[in-house]
Amino acid sequence: MELINLAIKAIFVENILLAFFLGMCSYLAVSKKVSTAIGLGIAVVFVLAITTPVNWFVYTYVLKKGALIWISPAYAIVDLSFLNFIVFIAVIASMVQIVEMIVEKISQKLYYALGIFLPLITVNCAILGVALFMVERNYSLAESSVFGVASGIGWFLAIISMAAIREKLRYSHIPKGLKGLGITMLITGLVAMAFMSFSGINI
Amino acid sequence: MLRFLQKFKTHFEEKGKLHRFYPVYEMVEAILFVPPARTQKGAHVRDAMDMKRVMFLVVIAGVPAFLFGIFNTGYQHFLSAGLKATTGEIILKGLLIVLPIYMVTLAVGAVWEILFAVVRRHDVYEGFLVTSFLIPMILPPTIPLWQVAVATSFGIVIGKEVFGGVGMNIFNPALVTRAFLFFAYPKSISGDSVWTLFSQQIVDTYTTATPLAVVSEVHSGTSVSFLAEKGYSFWQMFLGLIPGSIGETSTLAILGGAAFLIITDIASWRIMLGVFLGGFAITTLFNILAPNPDHVLALPFHYQAVMGGFAFGAVFMATDPVSAADTNLGKYIYGFLIGVLALVIRNLNPAYPEGMMLAILLMNLFAPLIDYFVVSIHKKRRMKRAR
Repeated sequence: MELINLAIKAIFVENILLAFFLGMCSYLAVSKKVSTAIGLGIAVVFVLAITTPVNWFVYTYVLKKGALIWISPAYAIVDLSFLNFIVFIAVIASMVQIVEMIVEKISQKLYYALGIFLPLITVNCAILGVALFMVERNYSLAESSVFGVASGIGWFLAIISMAAIREKLRYSHIPKGLKGLGITMLITGLVAMAFMSFSGINI
Repeated sequence: MLRFLQKFKTHFEEKGKLHRFYPVYEMVEAILFVPPARTQKGAHVRDAMDMKRVMFLVVIAGVPAFLFGIFNTGYQHFLSAGLKATTGEIILKGLLIVLPIYMVTLAVGAVWEILFAVVRRHDVYEGFLVTSFLIPMILPPTIPLWQVAVATSFGIVIGKEVFGGVGMNIFNPALVTRAFLFFAYPKSISGDSVWTLFSQQIVDTYTTATPLAVVSEVHSGTSVSFLAEKGYSFWQMFLGLIPGSIGETSTLAILGGAAFLIITDIASWRIMLGVFLGGFAITTLFNILAPNPDHVLALPFHYQAVMGGFAFGAVFMATDPVSAADTNLGKYIYGFLIGVLALVIRNLNPAYPEGMMLAILLMNLFAPLIDYFVVSIHKKRRMKRAR
């Protein structure tokens, strides 16, 4: 029940994109067509589902204060958490590389479907954001796995709805100065306003 | 009159001094007379059902709810004051409260529409008439007029004009207006004291909560009996003599409008059906899950449907053809999800008892996506058939 609550919260209430505005760059750049948006969205869910638990292990057994105690009790005072950012980024980048290789080996079709998006995700701030939230909120392994997948789904929902809107906008008569990114920013604001209706829901 | 108008026409035509303001002239002419212009190219469709007529019929459908809203506003005012008043006094008071709000939305809407028409050189569209007509109905009677003006500007400009005007917007401008008010000035649109305009002397002693607020209080006995205790029976809420937003209270008047809209084939009955089915499904689920009979979740569906903005939203807001889903299957899905979401927000979120408007706004956002998937399903099916 707790986990379901957490998932719903991460998808709707505290949507990683619409409440924290993480992952904006790829959201704005790749939301022109629904089919590509779906590809990127799935890739994000995929990567988040894998990197978040891995980052959890790295953080709990290497970086956290006193995490190295499993090697020797003498290391109890070592605190490596100042390395959080760089290690998380490295983990994400290497995980993405490994995932890419595995996907290429196992399913050529999925590999071509994801195409350029997979390596691009390395620099998607939503992925790093989820890792940092996990640290900040002291999630357990199960919680962080659920949180990772749910944040990915939230991001996925946001980008495909935006892509569908932008496909529809092709028929609109938008002022010249607002075409492209301008109107997309405005819509993102309105979308975030609509998503605010979820804030405060507790199950 | 026509000649009088024609005399001015030369100024507005090409090379005339006031050519920039041609849309304004065109608007005045179109209001007073049938415009003489014919379609120049493309398909010629001879149909009495043009956009003007559609907009006008929507307004007519809303008139019963609007008139009832005027009456009810006055009625609630005198009720809270504990005074006896004649019908005439009630209506007069209601007019004094509601008309200024309507004037503000109408004036603000017209100013923006004309401004954009002049600057962007398109005709003045009549869409703002509908938007300006709907906005007062979803506001509480005590709302300060300047807030109405600010919110209407936001709704019309950001919700509609930046997308290119009527028919090109993604969100329903009236709902954008309301959501803006809701998040920017929460004090004037939620809580217990905004739904009735009190008279000065007794402000401290009397508050009126909407039935939705009442039912979410902690209480003993079943929700239904508690509502009755507070003076809200089913029939009273159905008729609409309860505090609430100006045009939303009377389900009866709204149903009249709904029948009119369906008969004239303006609003989609599929969406309305979807909303009510969705609401019914989720309420049934809630009733099963409700921990005890006095919980807000235990309230039966016919109560949920007459409380708050549910019926009004289903009939007038969800069915806006521009921001709703376009495909037939999509309309069912769209409506169904509105019904579900509205009651989820309303019942599970104590801070937002008015979930309906937010739910519709949220589904406005997903409507293009629903259409996309419905169309792609159709494509696949046809490809299969062709093979």
